[in-house]
Amino acid sequence: MSEPLFEVDETGEDVTRADTASSAAELSPAEKAATREEHLKLAEGALVRADDLVAGYVPGVNILRGCDFYLQDGELVGIIGPNGAGKSTLLKTLFGLIPVRSGEVTLRGESITGAPAHRLVSMGVGYVPQNNNVFPSLSIEENMQMGVFLRPKTFKERFDYVIDLFPLLGERRKGKAGALSGGERQMVAMGRALMMDPSVLLLDEPSAGLSPVYQDEVFIRCRRINATGVSIIMVEQNARRCLQICDRGYVLDQGRNAYTDSGRSLMNDPKVIELYLGTLAKAQ
Amino acid sequence: MRDVLLTAIRGIGFGSIYAMLAVGFVVIYKSSRVISFAQPALMLAGAVLVSYLAGPIGFYGAVLVAALAIAALGLGVERATIRPMIGRPVFVIAIITLGLDIAIRVVVNAFIGSDVRNVGDPWGLSAVDVFGLPVQERYIAMVLVLVVTVGALFAFFQYSRYGLAMRAASLDQETAMVQGVSVGAMMALSWAIAGGLAAVAGAFVGAGGGIEQNTWIIALKALPAIIIGGLDSVGGAVIGGLLVGLVESFFATYQGEYLPWLGQNFSLVSPYVLLLVVLLVRPYGIFGTREVERV
Repeated sequence: MSEPLFEVDETGEDVTRADTASSAAELSPAEKAATREEHLKLAEGALVRADDLVAGYVPGVNILRGCDFYLQDGELVGIIGPNGAGKSTLLKTLFGLIPVRSGEVTLRGESITGAPAHRLVSMGVGYVPQNNNVFPSLSIEENMQMGVFLRPKTFKERFDYVIDLFPLLGERRKGKAGALSGGERQMVAMGRALMMDPSVLLLDEPSAGLSPVYQDEVFIRCRRINATGVSIIMVEQNARRCLQICDRGYVLDQGRNAYTDSGRSLMNDPKVIELYLGTLAKAQ
Repeated sequence: MRDVLLTAIRGIGFGSIYAMLAVGFVVIYKSSRVISFAQPALMLAGAVLVSYLAGPIGFYGAVLVAALAIAALGLGVERATIRPMIGRPVFVIAIITLGLDIAIRVVVNAFIGSDVRNVGDPWGLSAVDVFGLPVQERYIAMVLVLVVTVGALFAFFQYSRYGLAMRAASLDQETAMVQGVSVGAMMALSWAIAGGLAAVAGAFVGAGGGIEQNTWIIALKALPAIIIGGLDSVGGAVIGGLLVGLVESFFATYQGEYLPWLGQNFSLVSPYVLLLVVLLVRPYGIFGTREVERV
């Protein structure tokens, strides 16, 4: 019989992997505290900030177990880590899709912990889910209309902006989104999130399931969107490409911060290479 | 030929009622993936309200007030009993709707009493001459009300912001939510629409013959209609309802003559025979979406 991923003891703490797995962050408690203090200092005045987040889907099972995060205005921040590290969970928790058990999330210093999605959207936060992220039987134009559901009067102006970024969406505006390829659907999803003129965009594995050509296209678009002043938080499985384009990166492991640094530094960090980027990256 | 045409007209008339009820079932199903068994009670409640109001404010005014009142009842029922159950097994929610149906009917029956109540419709059984055929006015009214309500609903779904949001939420609740759509509000709206449609259908069910405590059973004929048309298709519900009406009407007229060995009143079960035949050929109904699961 296979072991469960997580088990909880009488106190509600999950113990299965916390103490048995080889943690990426092999730091002494004092080193950990120093690292966290430094992180908290850097997080001051951040656009988005999460402190000591604990969250999970099933009662008694925590996926995030004390995670810290911040995004400064104009940054593109990548979140990488192995399967089950809590990357997508962190993104969903920031967006209020998963209940926070402890800790706090703030946007421009205002608490948004547990805020409903429609409030976050109206506050300028856009979210692009990982899979099935378009409405397949709606036309591309209708998908874009859904993007400005809360501000319908801005449709024309915003659609023109999105078409400028993704010309294909304008050319095929009357076509059904379900008839598009995976990469094209990703553009619809990203374009739709941009319709509300967000200041922060949360992208959950935007390159998942795409061909290498489309993956490159998506990363280039992300950089371009970021250059227009939209701050981006991106969760990615394609760790190398993500770290190449992001300003800063977080490496999560078992629901906690393992490493945090600039994208370039993380790419060259021997521990990150060994544990997350693999031997190919090492050879390069 | 004259009999065939009259039979068809009667079938389309009653089929229009089944279609309106079926559309209500489909709208709720699309928003919550639940078949609401409370529709018969909402239909009966609407009919009773019309029967009481038709005298003081006239039949058409009564239909309008009943539609709005039952829509409000639908909103309340959804908020109080369905919304707290979001995320629970669909089967449990369906059973709750069954309980709601019984509870509402108990109250409504007290207002019906033991006799037949007239809904105060202006047509009764009177007929008009249409190309030489004596067509009952109530059948014409039933078809017209179907065209108007479904047309209005189509325009709402196609051209309004909330209609688009309802379509989006029916496709993917989470993705709709991250656009700022309140999925709960969309569910409430679907219950209001279904309630309004049920009330209008109830008023027309009683046209000509009145209503009594067992009239609710008529609403169950919308169930084969939605399965035949496809559970998630509004257009399919309309076609399914009309087909059920036609099949029932033709069996009622001709079964005794041509298929006497089927016994008495086979027309009552004929919609279910049609259901069986359609499902054997198209398991997802005529217009239903085939579900494909990745394994």
